Amino acid sequence: MTVTTTGDLPDEVYDVAIVGAGVVGTAIARELARYRLRIALVEASDDVGNGTSKANTAILHTGFDATPGTLESRLVREGYQLLTAYAAETGIPLEPLGALLVAWDAEQLAALPALAEKAARNGYDRTSILDADAVRAREPHLGPGVLGALDVPGESIICPWTTTLAYATQAVRAGVALHLNCPAGAITTDAHHHQIATPRGLLRTRHLVNAAGLYSDEINRRLGHREFTVTPRRGQLIVFDKFARGLVDHILLPVPTALGKGVLVAPTVYGNVMLGPTAEDLDDKTATGSSADGLASLREKGARIMPRLLEEEVTAVYAGLRAATEHGDYQIHADPDRRYVAVGGIRSTGLTASMAIAAHVAGLLADCGLDLGPEREIEPVRMPTIGEAFPRPYQRADLIAADPAYGTVVCHCERVTRGEIRDALTATVPPASLDGLRRRTRALGGRCQGFFCGAAVRAQFEEATTAEDRTEARR
Amino acid sequence: MTPTDRIHRTVDVLVIGAGPAGLAVAARLAAAGVERVEVLDREQRAGGIPRHCHHTGFGLRDLRRMMTGPDYARHHIAAAVRAGAVLRTGVTATGWAAPRTVDLTGPAGLERITATAVVLATGARERPRSARLVPGTRPAGVLTTGQLQQAVHLHGQDVGRRAVIVGAEPVSYSAVATLRQAGAEVVAMVTDQPRHQTHPARHLGTRLRHGFPLVTDATVTELTGSGRLESLRLRHRDGRTAAVGCDTVVFTGDWIPDHELARSAGIALDPGTRGPAADAEFRTGQPGVFAVGNLLHPVETADIAALDGRCAAGPVLRHLAGRPWAPGPLPVRVEAPLLWVWPNRVAPHGPPPPRGRLILRTAGFLTRPVLTVSQDGRTLHRGRLPRTVAPNRPCHLSADWIDRADAHGGPVRITAG
Repeated sequence: MTVTTTGDLPDEVYDVAIVGAGVVGTAIARELARYRLRIALVEASDDVGNGTSKANTAILHTGFDATPGTLESRLVREGYQLLTAYAAETGIPLEPLGALLVAWDAEQLAALPALAEKAARNGYDRTSILDADAVRAREPHLGPGVLGALDVPGESIICPWTTTLAYATQAVRAGVALHLNCPAGAITTDAHHHQIATPRGLLRTRHLVNAAGLYSDEINRRLGHREFTVTPRRGQLIVFDKFARGLVDHILLPVPTALGKGVLVAPTVYGNVMLGPTAEDLDDKTATGSSADGLASLREKGARIMPRLLEEEVTAVYAGLRAATEHGDYQIHADPDRRYVAVGGIRSTGLTASMAIAAHVAGLLADCGLDLGPEREIEPVRMPTIGEAFPRPYQRADLIAADPAYGTVVCHCERVTRGEIRDALTATVPPASLDGLRRRTRALGGRCQGFFCGAAVRAQFEEATTAEDRTEARR
Repeated sequence: MTPTDRIHRTVDVLVIGAGPAGLAVAARLAAAGVERVEVLDREQRAGGIPRHCHHTGFGLRDLRRMMTGPDYARHHIAAAVRAGAVLRTGVTATGWAAPRTVDLTGPAGLERITATAVVLATGARERPRSARLVPGTRPAGVLTTGQLQQAVHLHGQDVGRRAVIVGAEPVSYSAVATLRQAGAEVVAMVTDQPRHQTHPARHLGTRLRHGFPLVTDATVTELTGSGRLESLRLRHRDGRTAAVGCDTVVFTGDWIPDHELARSAGIALDPGTRGPAADAEFRTGQPGVFAVGNLLHPVETADIAALDGRCAAGPVLRHLAGRPWAPGPLPVRVEAPLLWVWPNRVAPHGPPPPRGRLILRTAGFLTRPVLTVSQDGRTLHRGRLPRTVAPNRPCHLSADWIDRADAHGGPVRITAG
């Protein structure tokens, strides 16, 4: 197992290098790990899933509202099936709540039949149209003025952090070399190899996959391609306290308009309720801050959708950037001459589509002359339970009896135990920061945001990481 | 053993939270001869917030002496244990199996305890940056006073070099002291109020020693920095803006009760305090469930919380003796600019609240306001307060009007003009 965070890159020529360890890059690494290949997964930041993937709306989409006939439509549909099965196998938190597209005016109500038809053209035929009374019976806390809704029972909520981490963990255990803190610089390509300059030395590979998310257009240009330009689209989200969870039973989607998909209200698998996202086209790929205007507009929209939601405390505010392009579809292109595959323009549906994208990319790499060889079984992974739908360690007498550390609650709001934090710190892909620890365990992610546990969680984190430094120093 | 095996027990009184209020009520009850009084705390050590308040000023009202927070915590722990209460730490109450039956998680496993009386003493916490909807990036270096004090006093952690304190109430000045002890420079204190809200002597002393600016009538509009905090942006009430370079910001005050257990029991909360609605005898709407301390009044000093605990022992004993559960029938409501009042349910001809008065909070400074108490349009009390009332500071209203209220009438209203 190889995860490196510092020092020179190994002197090796990889069969495939994947640039970008987001949900798409890690999925591709996991898919390719099923073949006997030397694979490198390189990531600019200090953790997997640290860019667009960490601030996703966390919905597993059926693909009912994709544009029929597009690559995105097919990959979302396939990815939905693949990830649903994978989540059950690995313990990725997933709850099949179903979605309601709520119509608030006559125009939106009139749009519902066409949406049902479009869903059918996307191969999804389980939708139905509900009248106002039926909607209110299902979601009694919706604001006044609901006229009806399209019911999409297959839409689900999922944990985006565990998904990326499961892919990365399984890939690394199956032999993929994960190099963190390793931004890709200049790329030189000859008849046989790519040489990628990084601050940690040259990375040499025969095949190159560009899964660099927001920066995929820049990498693409370095290979001489100009198919797409990424315009970061900011999405701000407000996460409400767990006490809000009782107000909402479905993913509440707006009826899409020409201006985009709009603002949704959805439970999270951690038991909170999410409101968002905004959609703001920016030119700064690092502008991941929230803004007063963005939050005000979310609160205004939220107050109409569910007035009582706004009375609850806010637990967290996030902003993420999606990798939007000028095209209406994913930008997945193969260049067989250069043994190169670009995976760009993967928008918020990328979480759902990730496994299907990975299978598609493996096929394109084969078209580019990569000899995949025979498939092999890779060791399954089982991820820690951080969702509310299954018993968490603090609720399990059997676990606590075997190891009392699972009975010692450190983060009180999220009920994260000393044992879970210890496990995360010694995992295959350990966190590099408290933020990374939060995404793996939920520690520090609750309503008090560290008032009670911040110092204790930090102490355990620092104890583990400095112990590791001492081990490194001895070597 | 199956994954959900729980050990069931019963006790007379289960106190949840071993801070000053919980320890004080447990000590009194055990001393009064209640056999099985058990106090739980989810922290590894008992004592509550005073554990990590290394300044002096504790114990004046309840113990008639001055102590540091840790000394004060130790005093109350020793008193409860000496009286015969069972004190257990590292044990978390995770929910309710039935009214007065609590599920617990600890290193020894899962438990379920049924008590004749449950006393909730879970305290309060400061609202974090997210709940205050302060926009910007999400860098490290953003704290509350609670986290700051634990980091410095319990764990000896580094907290940065240049800090801004948001808030200018008593706890904000405690944050100054902690930051200075940790070797950080306080570059500014920011309040959205026109002036600070602590004792003038304390403010002056702090200013003379540390010399940082107090920025009044200003709010934090944005945090910037990737990785670590780099600066924050302020906006003054008159529209002027400024950027302040800093690597640490401490959001102080803006307290909210830690009401999770109360709320998950279905206990009605008071809309002002956000703690359980409770009467002068600390009774909530749930039979057999009492609430004491800063869970009821976010936030009073530790000695007031401890005095609550002492006062609550009487009502708990009466409940154990079989008195019917009849909390004060009249809700008490406040109108802006008042924020909350406790007790927020009253019973005419019942025992008066602790120290014969109600505690109030206001949203802004009020110069010698006239407080009016009315019920169904009838004035029960009207009186001018002798002093200016400051936000984030207690203000008191004598309880002598309560007996004039009609126990069968509508809610009691308090206004300030």
